[in-house]
Amino acid sequence: MAVRIQTEDFDLGAETAAMRRGNPAIGAIASFVGVVRDVNEGDAVSEMTLEHYPGMTEKSIEDIIEQARGRWKVLDALVIHRIGILKPTDQIVLVIVASAHRGDAFAACEFIMDYLKTRAPFWKKEKTAEGARWVDARVTDDAAAERWKSNAGNS
Amino acid sequence: MVTILYFARLKEALGTAREELALPQGVANLGGLRASLASRGDAWTRELAQSKSIKAAVNQEMAGPDTPLKDGDEVAFFPPVTGG
Repeated sequence: MAVRIQTEDFDLGAETAAMRRGNPAIGAIASFVGVVRDVNEGDAVSEMTLEHYPGMTEKSIEDIIEQARGRWKVLDALVIHRIGILKPTDQIVLVIVASAHRGDAFAACEFIMDYLKTRAPFWKKEKTAEGARWVDARVTDDAAAERWKSNAGNS
Repeated sequence: MVTILYFARLKEALGTAREELALPQGVANLGGLRASLASRGDAWTRELAQSKSIKAAVNQEMAGPDTPLKDGDEVAFFPPVTGG
């Protein structure tokens, strides 16, 4: 299990291969990659800056992974989140979950991402033609995280 | 003394990222501290008003207004998160 906050880009293939080689019990690996879009709220976005809360950000994601491990059979998990300046088409976030079977890997991967969106302290400031603005939190992200509360999982 | 951290929009609006503060007389919890900071006027009053959706953490754990505070705590105020 690992959490990395970094300015550098990441390589899904390399990270997945490393996880797979580390444990022969793994039978399924699910992953999610978040990417910077060029449009938000109808405005063209040329660049964004990711700010975080050093220390708490890492702890909160570790806690989310622990919650996932309590609900599904997770053999390994990795979260990488980038900070600093990012441009459209850049990768922002990577979640990889390894399990013996796909159901656990799929569910845990989506759960980690939904919880990260609403609980991990990151803030986006985007640059548009009108200037820089802080991105507002989305109600749909809260709803995505909430639905896991009434969902007992598949195990 | 407690350490108070401000992030993102809040940090810019208040013009500060961090301060050390002796807990004001009568302030025993997070809600009390927020109210005390909000009484400073100008941007403080505007940004920390009860109507504003502001999240908080104590010692790097999300915390509600009833969370007790003690000397040495690290308190943080920030807008709802927007990562991922």
